Amino acid sequence: MTNISTSDRPVLHARGISKFFPGTIALDDVELRLMPGEVHALLGENGAGKSTLIKCLTGAYRRDAGVIMLDGTEVEPASTADSQRLGIGTVYQEVNLLPNLTVAENLFLGRQPMRGGFIARKRMNAEARAVLQDYGLEIDPAEPLTAYSVAIQQVIAIARAVEMSGKVLILDEPTASLDHDEVQLLFGVIRKLKKRGLSIVFITHFLDQVFDISDRATILRNGRVIGECVLAEVTQHDVVTMMLGRQLEARVKARDVGVAGKTLVEVEDLGKRGMIAPFSLDIREGEVVGLAGLLGSGRTETANLIFGVVPADQGKIMLRGQEIGVTNPRDAVAHRFALCPEDRKVDGIVGDLSVRDNIILALQARQGWMRPIPRAKVQEIAESYVRALDIRLASLDMPIRLLSGGNQQKALLARWLATNPDFLILDEPTRGIDVGAHAEIIALIEQLRADGMALLVASSELEELVAYSTRVIVLRDRKQVRELAGDEITPDNIINAIATEEVA
Amino acid sequence: MTQPTVGPRPSVFKRIMPQLVILAVALALNVAVFPEFFHIDFRNGRLFGNLIDVLNRGAPVALLCIGMTLVIATKGIDLSVGAVMAIAGAVAAATVVDGHSWGTALLAALLAGGLCGLWNGFLVAVLRIQPIVATLVLMVAGRGIAQLVTEGKILTFDNAGLINLGAGTIAGAPTPILIWLALGALVTFGVRRTALGMLIEAIGINERSSRLAGINSRVLLVCVYLVSGLCAALAGVIVAADIKGADANNAGLWLELDAILAVVIGGNSLLGGRFSIVASLLGALIIQSINSVILLSGLPPEFNLVIKALLILGILVIQSPRIGNYIYMLRASGPQPQPDPLVRQRPEKEAAQ
Amino acid sequence: MTFKTTLLASAIAIAPVAAFAADMTIGFSQIGSESGWRAAETTVTKQEAEKRGIDLKFADAQQKQENQIKAIRSFIAQGVDGILVAPVVATGWDEVLEEAADAEIPVVLLDRTIDADESLYLTAVTSDLVHEGRVAGEWLVNEMNGADCRIVELQGTTGSSPAIDRKNGFEQGIAGHGNLEIVRSQTGDFTRAQGKVVMESFLKAEGGENICALYAHNDDMAVGAIQAIKEAGLKPGEDIKIVAIDAVPDAHKAIAAGEMNATIELTPNMAGPALDALEAYLASGAMPAKWIQTESKLFTSADDNEAIFNMKKDLGY
Repeated sequence: MTNISTSDRPVLHARGISKFFPGTIALDDVELRLMPGEVHALLGENGAGKSTLIKCLTGAYRRDAGVIMLDGTEVEPASTADSQRLGIGTVYQEVNLLPNLTVAENLFLGRQPMRGGFIARKRMNAEARAVLQDYGLEIDPAEPLTAYSVAIQQVIAIARAVEMSGKVLILDEPTASLDHDEVQLLFGVIRKLKKRGLSIVFITHFLDQVFDISDRATILRNGRVIGECVLAEVTQHDVVTMMLGRQLEARVKARDVGVAGKTLVEVEDLGKRGMIAPFSLDIREGEVVGLAGLLGSGRTETANLIFGVVPADQGKIMLRGQEIGVTNPRDAVAHRFALCPEDRKVDGIVGDLSVRDNIILALQARQGWMRPIPRAKVQEIAESYVRALDIRLASLDMPIRLLSGGNQQKALLARWLATNPDFLILDEPTRGIDVGAHAEIIALIEQLRADGMALLVASSELEELVAYSTRVIVLRDRKQVRELAGDEITPDNIINAIATEEVA
Repeated sequence: MTQPTVGPRPSVFKRIMPQLVILAVALALNVAVFPEFFHIDFRNGRLFGNLIDVLNRGAPVALLCIGMTLVIATKGIDLSVGAVMAIAGAVAAATVVDGHSWGTALLAALLAGGLCGLWNGFLVAVLRIQPIVATLVLMVAGRGIAQLVTEGKILTFDNAGLINLGAGTIAGAPTPILIWLALGALVTFGVRRTALGMLIEAIGINERSSRLAGINSRVLLVCVYLVSGLCAALAGVIVAADIKGADANNAGLWLELDAILAVVIGGNSLLGGRFSIVASLLGALIIQSINSVILLSGLPPEFNLVIKALLILGILVIQSPRIGNYIYMLRASGPQPQPDPLVRQRPEKEAAQ
Repeated sequence: MTFKTTLLASAIAIAPVAAFAADMTIGFSQIGSESGWRAAETTVTKQEAEKRGIDLKFADAQQKQENQIKAIRSFIAQGVDGILVAPVVATGWDEVLEEAADAEIPVVLLDRTIDADESLYLTAVTSDLVHEGRVAGEWLVNEMNGADCRIVELQGTTGSSPAIDRKNGFEQGIAGHGNLEIVRSQTGDFTRAQGKVVMESFLKAEGGENICALYAHNDDMAVGAIQAIKEAGLKPGEDIKIVAIDAVPDAHKAIAAGEMNATIELTPNMAGPALDALEAYLASGAMPAKWIQTESKLFTSADDNEAIFNMKKDLGY
């Protein structure tokens, strides 16, 4: 794992960095080693902890544990300005310069050359011109920033960060809004800086660019470091594998997906323009259909369309052979559909309501407000699910937002199980929850399948999908590209289906 | 049938404790400036005393804050209630002046208030206009509508039935007191004995989640604005009946702010979510007690607003989260509360897997 | 300009001819209709104009000065013979009044004065707020005739000039009479509802039997207070003497019913004296005084309040 050849002392060495948010562990004992003169890629799916790590390094967040060493001395950046002074400069995807000022003013803002209490404008422009020439830019620094393209603004931002800091440069998705030529312009600048001995942390979602410009990479998943590698020694396939994970491989052996029953739900050509291409799928009782794909491939969109969160503009849904209209979640619930959403906090929990009310919510909504569920019955339902799912709480009266991520997820599962659904859609059911709850939720999915429920599970955890799915549908670029069944379902096959063109 | 046999509900008394304490202090201030404050006698066939005045004069704000509490629980706000009062008063007055009975007038006023509420609900729930903007429309236009009804003058009437609603008594107690007590009880019962209360809180806390859980948030939103409009209409009728005339220019003027203040003093968050109508009603009484202190103190009227502002500032400071934390810390250093039975009874892991 | 002058000169030349008045056009920029009194003023102004055969062009400014300025400019453009303005605020009139002066159109202010050079307007017709209060005070002095009297006062909106002036006037009216004492004074915001609420608190704080008279800065508050007094089991007008200002129809009704004792009229007829002055000026160039004070007439039970009520009730109060 640490097969780094150079014996130099790292410029920046962060060790044991941990950051907790209420209910989740955003960073767990993370290490980042940045060697002199290297471009170091920081990789991981969204939510893996990349930006949290950057924010801890630059002092935007207070970390909860860990040490940051810069040039061998421990530093404690208290703010981004502070970290800049120490030598760590950061450039974000959204250029955070002042568009109404000139290029030179942006470059020197806060440290303008002065003469007699006034800004020495001429000298400032001349110095700016000289600095920018070093970056290969022949532009007029007296022009306003907005006279130039985003790529040039990006370079100006880099120049400003480097001139002010000079040791470490962090580039947070700088290429996200650039076209191919502009990316090359930026990479030219990065190579020059690298030659000057600057160390650069590079964050992007584009693997091609990672392999193009970076020397080494650190891969994060679920707030942990999965690996550190020299990019010349690995393939894109390896990197994708590490990003998506294959730690539960042992479970694959124990795959037992049972026998599926009658077809319950058939989706025909369901789609919505601009959101997801029309797709068809059918799900039988006692079957788990897995949805695999990288971030943004259309997993969540598929789930939302079937549940009516966003009404489809074409296609139809059949339930037991009868066409049904699902234009909003209420319709879906009425047909005994259920959806545990991906973003628990935004779409799932009702934070200030008690755990009890959260568990009863969907059932009560289906019954209508006129027919309140008797309190004794509510208590019985809530208590039985707290026991069955082992939800850890101090009291059913406590607001659900105080529970940990895993317990919140279990309470949401309880909310939907209480409605006794025929068809359960789970979107990222194990994201951001602790290991124990993780295993319990997987066990629950298997249990529900064995009980004859139809499930559609979207997950970025491939081993999980392999473990419990009867079939796996692979999505790429908001289209279904492959359906795997039976023995075809292996992490490698899924990764190949995802990566074939994605990485090429 | 629905006996709450299992599980202790978080005590209502504990929830309204701060408001009770503040009300007690406000009443004590009244006694300080006027020692006979609590003296009540029976005069001219009606209960007569300062405490009765507080309850009676607090009626409009109390009625408004019932609806306002529900609206605010959904993360909304209803700025139009003062104007709706003016409309309802004008409609009631115009109806009896036209020779109809007081019952017809009351129904007409409620109909007008209900329509105003539906209009607000339509703007908020269907057109998705921000509540503060949506209700501002009627706040501005409503008084104009009321003036059209009264033709710009105070529309005086002498219908005994209608006047009774504002100035009359039932068994010696002023009618407005009975009306707001009854409506407060009715609505509290209505939202807590059905699932309405919980569903309203749910959409106020997280409307997306609630919608995904199958709650019909649109209908609920329209409902709360409707209730608010009806409460305002009732308040408007009472105010008009009290002075035997509909004063379109002044009826309910700025009362929307008092109603919002009552809800806030009641400890309800303007960001929506958990609500207590009882606490809001106590908030309304607190405001009226402060008004009473000012009137009884005999200080020149130039001090009115300053005194009111200082007292309310004091209340809000005491209720602020930081002070709340401080009080909590003081309490926590005392004897520890017993843990919930559920924790101790934690069962073994069950056969889920 | 010269055309205007010729026109004006010829108008003056033929002034004595009776047919002249029928051709006169007057613009009236009213503040709005924020109160019953204001509505009555509008009605009376229209009546006065009709009586004189004047063509009145009416513009409602809805409480906005910019609307009033716009209206005055349009009157100037239409070449009216004179302009009446009930100014919504005291400042900011110089420019538009200079335009009127350039066009040689006389402007008369109604009901309020402004901060501008006196030469910019012909005259101002207003009531004297202090005087109104003084008349109320003097009436009470006569009524009590030396007997001790504890007075409660319902003030207008705190800080407003009618509230300040009517308070001062009343205090001047009762000055030097040690038997009269104001024991409580609180604002009732000029509204019926607040008048009732505040009177209720007076009755409790002082004890109804200890209050001998009520002075309210307007009739609306007095009407509210009358109800409070009745609800306290006392007889308004007998147990507690009531004097207020404005003489709105409901006050006459209350006096006729014996529930109120006196009211001082703030006449809605500002236009009468204003039009008199305008006609005289246009006819003969006679300059009126810069300030024409309207009469502050006292009404008591001696008057035929029933008849006055019937006359006034349709004025729009």
